[in-house]
Amino acid sequence: MALENADIEKIAVLARLQVTPSETNDYANSISSILSLMDQMQLVNTDGVEPLSNPHDATQRLRKDEVTCDNQREAFIAIAPATEDGLYLVPKVID
Amino acid sequence: MTHKTLVQIAKDLAAGKYSSREITQDIIADIKARDAVYNSFISLSEDLALGQADAADARIKVGNADILTGVPFAHKDLFCTQGHTTTAASKMLANFVPPYESTVGQRLLSAGAVCVGKTNMDEFAMGSSNESSFFGAVKNPWDLNAVPGGSSGGSAAAVAAGLVPAATGTDTGGSIRQPASFCNLTGIKPTYGRVSRFGIIAYASSLDQAGPMCQTAEDAAIMLNAMAGFDEQDSTSVQQETPDFTAELNLPLHGLKVGLPKEFFGPGLNPQVAECIMAAVKEIEKLGAQIIDISLPNLELSIPAYYVIAPSEASSNLSRFDGVRYGYRCDKPENLMDLYCRTRAEGFGTEVKRRIMVGTYALSEGYYDAYYVKAQRIRRLIKDDFARALSQVDVIMGPVAPTPAFDLGSNTKDPVAMYLEDIYTLSANMAGIPAMSAPAGFVNGRPVGLHIMGNYFAEAKLLNIAHQYQQVTDWHLQTPTSNNVPVSNQEKGA
Repeated sequence: MALENADIEKIAVLARLQVTPSETNDYANSISSILSLMDQMQLVNTDGVEPLSNPHDATQRLRKDEVTCDNQREAFIAIAPATEDGLYLVPKVID
Repeated sequence: MTHKTLVQIAKDLAAGKYSSREITQDIIADIKARDAVYNSFISLSEDLALGQADAADARIKVGNADILTGVPFAHKDLFCTQGHTTTAASKMLANFVPPYESTVGQRLLSAGAVCVGKTNMDEFAMGSSNESSFFGAVKNPWDLNAVPGGSSGGSAAAVAAGLVPAATGTDTGGSIRQPASFCNLTGIKPTYGRVSRFGIIAYASSLDQAGPMCQTAEDAAIMLNAMAGFDEQDSTSVQQETPDFTAELNLPLHGLKVGLPKEFFGPGLNPQVAECIMAAVKEIEKLGAQIIDISLPNLELSIPAYYVIAPSEASSNLSRFDGVRYGYRCDKPENLMDLYCRTRAEGFGTEVKRRIMVGTYALSEGYYDAYYVKAQRIRRLIKDDFARALSQVDVIMGPVAPTPAFDLGSNTKDPVAMYLEDIYTLSANMAGIPAMSAPAGFVNGRPVGLHIMGNYFAEAKLLNIAHQYQQVTDWHLQTPTSNNVPVSNQEKGA
């Protein structure tokens, strides 16, 4: 399946990636050829085959709802690109 | 120390031939002197390493040493190391200093191993040639015009060049086995869930597994002993007894049933690689194994299915890089959307962005069933193929890659051509079974690895086979600097 530049622009918004017009072209070409590779899958009948999401067919193991480690707020705030008074800074969201 | 094995270094340390501090200093000096050629390291952790070495020397002195105590190794730069940068070979994490240690790293530190630095890799482990690294491509020590393989290419090149005796790697679709094959190493991808993923930067969580890259099967077994084990902090860690992976190394191979899937020997396989593999299989047969032809009919589908599932999981995993909590952040964002879009556009490289977009597309409304769910159904067909095959045979053998290491730059323009290189390795990750590569010869001076795959939790069996093979062959002992590098099997008379 071939993607148009408009498709790439839409996907880029969903993926939160800014793309330049020349990149859009390149991605349209390379992702289209990847999708035609993927289209091989459609030739196979998989009716009645259960999707496999974990190799062991395992389900999520839940732990007890209890505190298991100390608060490490300082350590985590220290590696953030922009903080103030122990809070993460982002551009203004609400007017 | 060049090309000493873990076992040799452990013996030397126990005999007091040198201290851990001395060998750690030697190794770091050697990397500084020689790695400019290979670019296999992203960073060295000299101060931390010397602290670990001193602690190890103290343990050795009081007789409290484990086999790995004081032995230097390197981590792929995907493993979080507390207090030392962990980049995933991305601009996004170029300055990221993790506040915690990965479980694998913690286990190796507890064993007393000394981490000298972090190795280069494909950005976020997405690649098969180590050319997508923000820190530049890695060169194969066997041939500086060749790629070392990927994504654990730095780990492979560092061990192959004799800079470190062993390194950690991760394998989502072949990223331990293919570089091990290209660089003449013994590397194993364990059963999915055998080694904790906690603290390893995630690529595709249902496929990712960590494992060792070493010079011998015995070293790999020793490293895996330290790395493996149930971990409460990884929700897909399996609650299975962890055996001593060295315990079965010396068992004879008599009666072993080896399956050769015809799909691994199809038209895409380089005939000289095929010769190396068949010669290795003959050798295993001489050791008492029985060779049986088998089929894995859905092998070819592993490529499209993998390249849906892995990018889908990646697009989800990499959504965490938002410029807010850690990592790169763009300059002067105008608003929140601009912060996200520019941070990610500037922080990620081309291949990472491509995979995020492919995954985003495959998971988007209207395409989810046709791509993602379809790929998961095919994943079950692949798992069922292995189950059928492994009910007839004990292990499966074949090539790791269709060719020896290819030239730098030869596949970078066409992502699909690069993906097709993964044909023989992807299926083990899809099924979650253990698989390894062991040195099996050379084609025009470039190494070829024998691929050995087994049933769930059969790592000890795979290592046993590789070890027995290494008792009767010397491919694994060849180094890029040895004078008798064979150009091909024929020249060596094998």
